[in-house]
Amino acid sequence: MEILMIITVGVLVTVSTYLLLTKSLLRVVLGIVLLSHGAHLLLLTMSGLKEGAPPLLGEEAASYADPLPQALILTAIVISFGVTAFLLVLAYRTYKEHKTDDLDQLRGSADE
Amino acid sequence: MSTLHYLVLAPFALAILIPFVYRWFRHIHTGWFVLPLPLVLFVYLFTQYLPFGGEFKTAAESVAWIPSIGVNFDIYLDGLSLLFALLITGIGTLVVLYSIYYIANKKDEPLNNFYVYLLMFMGAMLGVVLSDNLIVIYVFWEITSLSSALLIAYWFHKEKSRYGAQKSMLITVAGGFAMLAGFSLLYIMTGTFSIQAIIEQAGSIMTHSLFIPAMLLVLLGAFTKSAQFPFHIWLPDAMEAPTPVSAYLHSATMVKAGIYLVARFTPVFAGTPEWFWILTSFGLMTLIWGSISAVRQKDLKGILAFSTISQLGLIMSLLGLGSAAVLYNVENVDMLYATAIIAAVFHLINHATFKGSLFMVVGIIDHETGTRDIRKLGGLMTIMPITFTISLIGIASMAGLPPFNGFLSKEMFFTGVLNATTIDFFNVSTWGILFPIVAWIASVFTFVYCMIMFFRTFTGKHQPEKLEKEAHEAPMGLLISPIVLASLVVIFGLFPNILSYSIIEPTVQSILPNYTDEFYVNIYHWHGLNTELFMTVAVVLFGALVFLNLKRWQEATFFLKERDPLNRLYDGGLDGLVAGSQRVTNLQLTGLLRDYFAYMMVFMILLLGWTIFRFDAIAFDFVNVATVSPYLWVITLVLIASVISVPFISNRIGAIIVVGVIGFIIALLFVVLRAPDLALTQLLVETVMVVLFLLCFYHLPELKKEKFTPRFKLTNLVISIGVGLVVTLTAFSAHAMRHDIGVESISQFFIEASKPLAGGYNMVNVILVDFRGLDTLLEVLVLAVAALGVVTMIKLKMKGGEDV
Repeated sequence: MEILMIITVGVLVTVSTYLLLTKSLLRVVLGIVLLSHGAHLLLLTMSGLKEGAPPLLGEEAASYADPLPQALILTAIVISFGVTAFLLVLAYRTYKEHKTDDLDQLRGSADE
Repeated sequence: MSTLHYLVLAPFALAILIPFVYRWFRHIHTGWFVLPLPLVLFVYLFTQYLPFGGEFKTAAESVAWIPSIGVNFDIYLDGLSLLFALLITGIGTLVVLYSIYYIANKKDEPLNNFYVYLLMFMGAMLGVVLSDNLIVIYVFWEITSLSSALLIAYWFHKEKSRYGAQKSMLITVAGGFAMLAGFSLLYIMTGTFSIQAIIEQAGSIMTHSLFIPAMLLVLLGAFTKSAQFPFHIWLPDAMEAPTPVSAYLHSATMVKAGIYLVARFTPVFAGTPEWFWILTSFGLMTLIWGSISAVRQKDLKGILAFSTISQLGLIMSLLGLGSAAVLYNVENVDMLYATAIIAAVFHLINHATFKGSLFMVVGIIDHETGTRDIRKLGGLMTIMPITFTISLIGIASMAGLPPFNGFLSKEMFFTGVLNATTIDFFNVSTWGILFPIVAWIASVFTFVYCMIMFFRTFTGKHQPEKLEKEAHEAPMGLLISPIVLASLVVIFGLFPNILSYSIIEPTVQSILPNYTDEFYVNIYHWHGLNTELFMTVAVVLFGALVFLNLKRWQEATFFLKERDPLNRLYDGGLDGLVAGSQRVTNLQLTGLLRDYFAYMMVFMILLLGWTIFRFDAIAFDFVNVATVSPYLWVITLVLIASVISVPFISNRIGAIIVVGVIGFIIALLFVVLRAPDLALTQLLVETVMVVLFLLCFYHLPELKKEKFTPRFKLTNLVISIGVGLVVTLTAFSAHAMRHDIGVESISQFFIEASKPLAGGYNMVNVILVDFRGLDTLLEVLVLAVAALGVVTMIKLKMKGGEDV
């Protein structure tokens, strides 16, 4: 299962890098969203995906899934949500000011 | 702190006071307040340390500065230091006196600047020659470079002054840096910054592999400062400085700092043939280049600048020739070569006297006629008789005519080069014959430019119409300093031995400390009908012949151009450096986000890929993996498929929906992987995100079908696949080697302690708010900041009317 998850993460990273390298600001934002998905999955995978109950003590199970990476991911999800939301507004604002979302045209003039 | 420390620091202290003095006493020329200081210092050194028939006493004083790294303000005064200190203070006094009359216009000139810079220079120069610690010497050395540049650019509104200052700064500071590197190498070899301690170890470091690099670097510093070929090009451009500055810095003191350094390090480095060869060949090259270039000049200061370069080359080559005395530590033989060192020291004093007076004379001519161009001057002999007399003495001494002191040192120079032909190491026996020939040719040209300077200025027809002012004799105040220097020229010429016992002997003793034989310097005017005398006679005859035919061969193109051809190399190099860096910058700083991101990614791929390859870190672990349930297969494959489809979607709503689907599948994955809290959060966040996307995209333009060249797409594809591969490989290897480390997860603690310690059943939530509550606190802060940012960005009006 870890093998499959790692390959999935690899695909996510590849696609998000590709999106980050394109010229459209919107695609760059989408790339960032996908990249954070990849990071979260990788966090979960690297802690091991052995069988076990969900980390709830009420389950009375012999073994539980590792709770620490889950807590870390939860923090990461919220933070990346905040950043993405800000980024979206920033993209909106940029478009309002400059009437373009093409990064080629947003580079500024040569003498700057 | 000893008196000698205060002596070095006194000029700096006075420099701090000068601006106040300048402001408080507007009606008195500021120079009068400066004048006593060098005079007092000179008198102090003269009476306290100069031996009158007795033994020379060396003084060594130390004050801790940064003792932890061996940097102390150590003063060491021996013959060599005393000679330079006397030159600095003595000529300093005369120059200050001269400058009072030269820059007489109190209102227009920023005199406070002038004297602050001059005092800074004086203190730094005293520091260079009196310090024993390499780092302290370097500090003072750089202050001389700095104050010299400030003084050259004194009239900073002139383009040429700024150019000259920048050039001298760049060249001398580059040399200073090289010197610092050389000093560091010496420290590595010896473990001390003290020159005297290094000299004691001189024998043992000779075979060290860093010995030659250290020597070359120190010499680079000395050559740039002392304007040796090919670093001499800054000196002619430094002539834009006020004439007192040229007289002080660029003839008598600063340009001799390199000479001082070479003389100071002779006991350390002179045991090798490399030292002999570098010094002698560069010195002779500078000598002949300077003397030939001086003939081409039309500006009196230009002639003097190249003359200075040439004479510095002479002194440098003499120091090189004299280093043979260290190599040959055989009785009676070393005295033969030590003559060159004596000649170097003697000529150093002579040059300071006559060149100082000549610069001052040129300043007077400039001051009284308004020009320094020899094509406009002429027939000043009867108009300015005193100036004429001083010039005659100075020029005759410079040309090497009896009975002036230049004659004596030139004879000794010829003796030195003739002796060098008898040296028999490192092919000197074959090439040695070149030394006297080069020296003789250079002397001929020296004679020629001296004649040009003299006859073009003082004889011929007076051309008042070409002059800006009506020429007349200078005021007495301007004449005092050159008269003093010219009388010294005559005195040293007639009675050279008053110098030899008092100062030349202790100086030679400190340049050649291992020189055990008792020796007495005796300088005679007449030493029989020897080769040197015939050489001088030939110089005079041949020089006169060349001068008389000047018209004929001065037409040659080489002599038409005034500027040194090496300047083209410097200017081109500087321009090329600017243009080159501009090109490199434009090449990498494209202004495109994509390019910078690509640099980072490519660097990451190379670094990680190389590391993985280098340490053979690839590992796969197919054993310790959990089994994959069939529905997980389906979920994952759908996820992969939808992820891959994202770049191909050109419809913005489609893209949002697919990205939303990906988010929800991830939430589903969390469910399958037994992370209920994660699944919940992911679902919520994804929902809000999709809403946000939709809100935002409503205002944004339609995703354009991007028209990229296939090459652009291909590089992007290669980079992203590279990144994906590196991440995948790293993850595989990390996963496979996870158990090799032998450190178990700490999660068992959370599982066990969740209920008894925190009283919670949901371990994830207990970790978030109890065990690691700080993370959560700050994460809340992040959200708050993001929210504030969002509000600000939406409400903020960039152009006026802020309503936030």
